[in-house]
Amino acid sequence: MASQRGLFGTSLARKYWMALTGLFLITFLVVHLLGNLAIVFGTGEDFNAYAAFMTSFPPIKIVSYLLYASIVLHAADGIALARQNKAARPVNYGSYNGAANAGWASRNMALLGIFTLLFILVHMKSFWYEMHFGELGLDANGNKDLFTLTTAAFEQVWYTAFYVIAMLALGFHLWHGFQSAFQTMGWTHPTYTPIVQFVGRAFAVVVCGAFALIPLYVLISPNV
Amino acid sequence: MSSKLNSRIPEGPISEKWTKHKGTIPLVSPANKRRIDIIVVGTGLAGSSAAASLAELGYNVKAFCFQDSPRRAHSIAAQGGINAAKNYQNDGDSVFRLFYDTVKGGDYRSREANVHRLAEVSASIIDQCVAQGVPFARDYGGLLDNRSFGGVQVSRTFYAKGQTGQQLLLGAYSALERQVAKGRVKMYARHEMVDLVVVDGKARGIIARNLVTGELERHSAHAVIIASGGYGNVFYLSTNAMGSNVTAAWKAHKKGAFFANPCFTQIHPTCIPVSGESQSKLTLMSESLRNDGRIWVPANLEDAKAIREGRLKPTDLPEEKRDYYLERRYPAFGNLVPRDVASRAAKERCDAGYGVNKTGEAVYLDFSAAIMRYGKEQANLKGMANASDAEIRAMGTKVVESKYGNLFQMYEKITDENPYVTPMKIYPAVHYTMGGLWVDYNLMSTVPGLFVAGEANFSDHGANRLGASALMQGLADGYFVLPYTVGTFLADDIRTGSISTDLPEFAEAEAAAKARLEGFLAANGSTPVEVFHRRLGKIVWDKIGMARSESGLKTAIEEIRALREEFYRDVKVLGGMYEMNPELDKANRVADFMELAELMALDALTRNESCGGHFREEYQTEDGEALRQDEEFAFVSAWEFTDNDPGKATLHKEDLVFENVKLVTRSYK
Amino acid sequence: MNLTLKVWRQKNAQDSGSFATYQVSDISPDMSFLEMMDVLNEQLISKGTEPVVFDHDCREGICGMCSMFINGEAHGPDRGVTTCQLHMRKFKDGDTITVEPWRAKAFPVVRDLMVDRSAFDRIIQAGGYVSVNTMGNLPDANATPIEKHDADAAFDAATCIGCGACVATCKNASAMLFVSAKVSQFALLPQGQVEAADRVRNMVHQMDLEGFGNCTNTGACEVECPKGISIENIARMNREYLKASLTA
Ligand SMILES: Cc1cc2nc3c(=O)[nH]c(=O)nc-3n(C[C@H](O)[C@H](O)[C@H](O)COP(=O)(O)OP(=O)(O)OC[C@H]3O[C@@H](n4cnc5c(N)ncnc54)[C@H](O)[C@@H]3O)c2cc1C
Ligand code: HEM
Ligand code: HEM
Ligand code: SF4
Ligand code: F3S
Ligand code: FES
Repeated sequence: MASQRGLFGTSLARKYWMALTGLFLITFLVVHLLGNLAIVFGTGEDFNAYAAFMTSFPPIKIVSYLLYASIVLHAADGIALARQNKAARPVNYGSYNGAANAGWASRNMALLGIFTLLFILVHMKSFWYEMHFGELGLDANGNKDLFTLTTAAFEQVWYTAFYVIAMLALGFHLWHGFQSAFQTMGWTHPTYTPIVQFVGRAFAVVVCGAFALIPLYVLISPNV
Repeated sequence: MSSKLNSRIPEGPISEKWTKHKGTIPLVSPANKRRIDIIVVGTGLAGSSAAASLAELGYNVKAFCFQDSPRRAHSIAAQGGINAAKNYQNDGDSVFRLFYDTVKGGDYRSREANVHRLAEVSASIIDQCVAQGVPFARDYGGLLDNRSFGGVQVSRTFYAKGQTGQQLLLGAYSALERQVAKGRVKMYARHEMVDLVVVDGKARGIIARNLVTGELERHSAHAVIIASGGYGNVFYLSTNAMGSNVTAAWKAHKKGAFFANPCFTQIHPTCIPVSGESQSKLTLMSESLRNDGRIWVPANLEDAKAIREGRLKPTDLPEEKRDYYLERRYPAFGNLVPRDVASRAAKERCDAGYGVNKTGEAVYLDFSAAIMRYGKEQANLKGMANASDAEIRAMGTKVVESKYGNLFQMYEKITDENPYVTPMKIYPAVHYTMGGLWVDYNLMSTVPGLFVAGEANFSDHGANRLGASALMQGLADGYFVLPYTVGTFLADDIRTGSISTDLPEFAEAEAAAKARLEGFLAANGSTPVEVFHRRLGKIVWDKIGMARSESGLKTAIEEIRALREEFYRDVKVLGGMYEMNPELDKANRVADFMELAELMALDALTRNESCGGHFREEYQTEDGEALRQDEEFAFVSAWEFTDNDPGKATLHKEDLVFENVKLVTRSYK
Repeated sequence: MNLTLKVWRQKNAQDSGSFATYQVSDISPDMSFLEMMDVLNEQLISKGTEPVVFDHDCREGICGMCSMFINGEAHGPDRGVTTCQLHMRKFKDGDTITVEPWRAKAFPVVRDLMVDRSAFDRIIQAGGYVSVNTMGNLPDANATPIEKHDADAAFDAATCIGCGACVATCKNASAMLFVSAKVSQFALLPQGQVEAADRVRNMVHQMDLEGFGNCTNTGACEVECPKGISIENIARMNREYLKASLTA
């Protein structure tokens, strides 16, 4: 197990990185959601223009590399920690009443995380890979026509179903994870912590709910 | 004075004895300290503080405890507080007053010089603990807070809610672990001392059983310190922890250390009454509760009966039908009389038929007056001139909760009754043992090189200990006395070199211990150890308990001897020697209790007077107060184990000389 | 009450162990859980079966010896209590009760329900103290006033009894609550400041070496802790460690 005493390797240091990357991913989610809402509220061209901007504007490109690194680090650390946690109890209890003292989401963070990772992989294969390396047609403005690709994907019931389930998983992950990150960084306070907890849960419901509604909207709505 | 006893009290005026003595103790140089090994048996307040301090000085220390960690020694359970003559409250406290109160509280059966030293170092204890990070209670100005305890009229008790012993012990334990980390102390947890090894008349080691493997181990040293706590568990039911035992002290006694005043045992007035047959231990409700609680029973027998039968609720009984018997009998001290007095008064009322629980052995400790008083105070502070009774009660309850919350919670968990609403039921229970191994001023026993600290020695409390003084004594012994006084013996040992465990004395002691333990396994009887312990406890409680009589004590001796004989014949211990086997450990402990019990009876029988915790029915005043016989009995009884029979012990007397305190009849009226 | 007990039996650390089922009868609701175990043991002894080994000493919730995992919860279903303070009135006639030892790699089973918690002592050795020798001439105890709120918070953290229920309960077998309680006690007091950075770094380091798991902030420990130690202490330790690492 970990043996250094600084900002790498120890159990606490690993958790700081989890929390910081997690919080960064949360901010990404906000931006990403706003962009994706163009599918619902804007035209196909708006969405394509937004995507083109996101892939070409240099500062944003840097941020995306940070994003990829965060995902890798968060996932790698999360999985490493979870493995240590399993090893810390080699013989399991015959009877373990986890529900008596902790919420379901908090007890299943690794599982929810791994499902989210699976989602991200599938998701990036479908869109990001196609956008960067695939053969996409151009729209009226000469941007790659990601809109058509996206809406086509969501017309498939199984694909949309997968998204909705994934958003449920992510929602639970954030239900616990949002405030957990503050606790991990030691950012707690008698008056503000309850607010953070509330905001975190609201965030989990609203943001993940909205993400889930996009494919559902595409699937159900006849005119996209 | 017996020629075998030399108390080594330094010359000079009492207030200078310790300073002078300290100045003349031969010093052991740091280089030589490294060549000296010291064994410390016990890691309670006395043992941990001694082990840590000696290691800091440079000695090689080996510390032992039977629990899985030194932090769990029984000192952890002390609730109420620790005394110190700081006079922070400016209420007239001083070293002399603490000394005086302790001698008086001990009913003039303790050694003046030792008690004075205790009072002198008491203030340093608080400084030491605060420096270690012990979180004592503080007031809003950030300064240390004090409370009052029984038997005194000043506020000198420092506390940490109801967990003072825990906080002090964790402080000493931290200091100990710091030395373990440095390699200065080697800690042997889950090890039980089963014999003392004496070489050429000096204590040179112990035989310890590794409780996990069952192996017997030999450990040598230049000196041995026993800090193994008290022997209250001889009563079976007591407030002591389940594992508290007399084995270490008793084995030392059998190897030549005199046992002093074994009959001086303390019955604490405020414990939760016994509820059933299968009860395994009793729980103390801290004495600090008597600061605010009022003790009473119904004034009329019919009401008491009605309450016992559940036909009447205590809260329905009007004031005039209640008997606040302590306030009635002792108007000056009221509910804060010393423990022995309070306990006997409760027994007197219950024996007369006024008890308030099913067994008739309980009295009330009532907080309703305090709740209303504090509530009114709060109402005034908040400017609520027209507060309703319910509001006042709610505010008062809050105050009481902040002071005693954890005790009230503990009470409720055990009894399933809410003490904020219904008065608590309490009854006296065995709590502390003033008797113990005899030691001189340097805390050395009659075996050279064997030192004894904490509750295990007899030193400071005479026939009755005042509340909050045991913690003070344990830490005084360990932090501030032993580190100096061991030098009186060890200065001669710097050239001895390490003691070999191959000496024949070690082999013999180990063989004897092995034979004894195997004997329990081989008895192959039909009765579990626990049953014998329970039966022993009943004899001791009934006949060597709160009230003793010549005929009762004589019967007790016969019964104990018979029980002991039956025990060796019929005890049933399963399992083997070389494995974790708590039943075997228990058998070994109970065997020693059975011998000690007889010595207690013998001691009580010899002491034809009533003093402190020792109440002989034949010696009382007309209104039932203890009747001391200073002419004949102002001495310490130090018993020498002779004829290989606890009942044939030889009595040696250490005369007590009082030069600074005048002997008067203790009065708390 | 009559009860069925499923009790973990394991001869020693090497043995793999298994559950044994016993019946006990005439259990009074006023008994403590350990007294019920005493009844079981007396019954086992008279039948010639070796009694169940378990740790216990004070039997009033303060020494931290007792350590049973009862029906899937550390110290059983009641809150704010240790096993020795758990009373049988919390169970119903006819119940089946599962009793297991604490389970964690860092707490190997010694025998039956007894485990080895010396890892906690080693964590304290790593820094759970203020480095002050015994001295007769320290500053007066009242020389440094301590704000009551801090003093009380330090006390609350210091009430940890080292029982290990937090580890036993935590799905990750993490010792964060225990370690953070000690770190917090000293972090809140002026006496603890001098060594604060080294203390937290060394104690966390030792905690990791002992093989405890990592905290995922589930909060279960705080619920099961018999002394109600709050996970606010964990946050405080996270803060202290970060500060120590950034300034080292
Ligand atoms: C419930 C309760 C409340 C109390 N409250 C107060 C209070 O408020 N104020 C006050 O001043 N006093 C109080 N007392 C009294 C006080 O707590 C004790 O007298 C004191 O703590 C004894 O400390 P000690 O170091 O002598 O022994 P203990 O703390 O009893 O330690 C004994 C040590 O010896 C070890 N040991 C014993 N036998 C062996 C053996 N054979 N081999 C190896 N190791 C052995 C044990 O493992 C343990 O480490 C209270 C006592 C009780 C029971
Ligand atoms: C890539 C796949 C992911 C994996 C494998 C994963 C795994 C984990 C794990 C195991 C934890 C630890 C639980 C804890 O400490 O509370 C965690 C925490 C967290 N995760 Fe994830 N997660 C993933 C994706 C995400 C995503 C996409 C986000 C945000 C959008 C996110 C946000 C968080 C947050 C905020 C925390 C709390 C950090 C903390 O407690 O300090 N995670 N994750
Ligand atoms: C259902 C709603 C969603 C839609 C319609 C959607 C759509 C898209 C599209 C079209 C892209 C490619 C654009 C690009 O490469 O810049 C993309 C990229 C990406 N999406 Fe999503 N997405 C959704 C939800 C999510 C969620 C919930 C996550 C996180 C857990 C996520 C994570 C990512 C990531 C990491 C990328 C790559 C970003 C980059 O390269 O900068 N997406 N998404
Ligand atoms: S934090 Fe609580 S559960 Fe953990 S060891 Fe301390 S008292 Fe026990
Ligand atoms: S239960 Fe475990 S996950 Fe953390 S909050 Fe407590 S240590
Ligand atoms: S036996 Fe001491 S806490 Fe339970």
